[in-house]
Amino acid sequence: MKFMKSGGNADISFLKEKARLLRMEILKMLTESGSGHTGGSLSSADVVTVLYFYKMKHKPGDPEWRERDRFILSKGHAAPVLYAALALSGYFDKTLLKTLRKLGSPLQGHPCSKMLPGVEISTGSLGQGLSIANGIAMGLKLDGLTSRVYCLLGDGETQEGQVWEAAMTAAHYRLDNLCAFIDNNGLQIDGPCSDVMSIEPIVNKWEAFGWHVIDINGHDMEAIVNALNEAETVKLKPTMIVARTVKGKGVSFFEGKVQYHGIAPTEEELEKALKELGEK
Amino acid sequence: MSDRKQKTGVKSRKSTPPLPPLIKGGNGGVKVATRDAYGDALLELGKKREDLVVLDADLSGSTKTGKFAKAFPGRFYNLGVSEQDLIGTASGLSLAGKLPFASTFAVFETGRAWEQIRQTVCYSNLNVKLVATHSGITVGEDGASHQATEDIALMRVLPNMTVIVPSDGNETTQVVNAIADFRGPVYVRLGRAKVPAVMPDDYEFRIGKAYTFQIGRDANIVAIGIMVSMALEAARILKHEGIDAGVINMATVKPLDTKTLLTAAKRCRVIVTAEEHSVIGGLGSAVSEFLSENHPIRTSRIGLMDNFGCSGRPEELLKFFGFTPENIVKTVKRTLRK
Repeated sequence: MKFMKSGGNADISFLKEKARLLRMEILKMLTESGSGHTGGSLSSADVVTVLYFYKMKHKPGDPEWRERDRFILSKGHAAPVLYAALALSGYFDKTLLKTLRKLGSPLQGHPCSKMLPGVEISTGSLGQGLSIANGIAMGLKLDGLTSRVYCLLGDGETQEGQVWEAAMTAAHYRLDNLCAFIDNNGLQIDGPCSDVMSIEPIVNKWEAFGWHVIDINGHDMEAIVNALNEAETVKLKPTMIVARTVKGKGVSFFEGKVQYHGIAPTEEELEKALKELGEK
Repeated sequence: MSDRKQKTGVKSRKSTPPLPPLIKGGNGGVKVATRDAYGDALLELGKKREDLVVLDADLSGSTKTGKFAKAFPGRFYNLGVSEQDLIGTASGLSLAGKLPFASTFAVFETGRAWEQIRQTVCYSNLNVKLVATHSGITVGEDGASHQATEDIALMRVLPNMTVIVPSDGNETTQVVNAIADFRGPVYVRLGRAKVPAVMPDDYEFRIGKAYTFQIGRDANIVAIGIMVSMALEAARILKHEGIDAGVINMATVKPLDTKTLLTAAKRCRVIVTAEEHSVIGGLGSAVSEFLSENHPIRTSRIGLMDNFGCSGRPEELLKFFGFTPENIVKTVKRTLRK
């Protein structure tokens, strides 16, 4: 059984290569499906890569392994990035990615835990993942397990009130086995977050809620690695890593474009995008 | 209740065989609120089940989870006034292999957090137990804002959800133990007010199994919660007036015990449902839906007629909204005449 190593010295070039492959799989599956969320899947690809290929201890051959670290994709619309990470980790065959969003596929438009091993919990309705992550973190503590819980939120998602309920709970119960990310690409469906509903000052808000906050460039592999390692040393507080990212990252003509929040690349766009990503 | 029993029950005893006595069961006939029975049952269960964790949203004194909290502080989580987070956290604990019971008032648990229940608990079929108190109008003085009269409808519509409405303290205790051994989402609807014990001492609750007190040849009253004792009283009155009415306690509203329902429906002329809930979407709807498709028969539903409750003493409100044995009698007679 394959065991994904956790921590240690990070091989940055290995991670960069994984992220590149992840992005290519994301684009291919989205084009094949003809719909889905491109921008936010690409913006979180580096964070998810570091989690699945460096930080988290998990066994793709044994998704229910009791001592695994957990990943909750609270921004469930970024399902392609999760599916790509699971496929490249070996949870299922890569060819399954072609079935995304199709009738009978376990790769639902938003992740469904009952259909796909490796998905910890069904998500898609925003604002709910952090509460779930809290509950898992509490349960792990009750059992004396050292496993950690990771949760990825969108920035627009933090407009949901439940996120702040959960923010209070994590701090109140001192869930230092919990580390969350905000994929702060600055854009949501209707436009820039700053226009739709300002979420700033993000760092101050989470600090005020009792969290240890690390503010990083969410595409800098070394910064992500360091932030995750730092989070592990924090005691009695949950950690929030604010990952400053670019929506559509990796494909020049998608980057920073709000219209690519919820649409898939065309065949032509895919070809161009894969070329940019250096498909061999 | 005891006044009514003297007025009607005593007279009928001479001419007709009596139904099981109303004031019976555990606790020597003393009235018990189902929420109190819940608090005690949870405490006992906590001693047996190490995996039991209990969550509340700042109402542990009212929902009676406070007893568990006091005995097992390490396994109790108060989430503060945040029902959505309550459901999410309970879900997470179940994912970590725990047996979470999440409690607050029914209106907040099923209403405020409905989408969390749908998206997380039911869609992922999690082993989360939602035990809500303060259902129905017997909440009393707090008024409509705190009286859940749509909760059964809200929970019944969700795939994977089991819906249970115990009628007395004894049944509540058994329900708590039964759902702890059952895997999957369950909603249990409890009340604030003290209610008489109606279930016989040897009663054994099983999920999905209704209890038939007696099958009537003229009418059968299918009731839940506090309406079971009133249905029994109504059946006594009816019997005295020459109408043979039976009573069924449909404690599990979902999945409905269609076998018991069909047996009763085939042996009588009308079915009347009674619930402390809106006539829309609850027990009355469930029974009507099944019968209209499988054994069309005249039916009537007793419940809130598409309106809100209001402030008042519980016993006043019961009369005001027609949650009385007399109204059940009237409804049965009217349905028979239709």
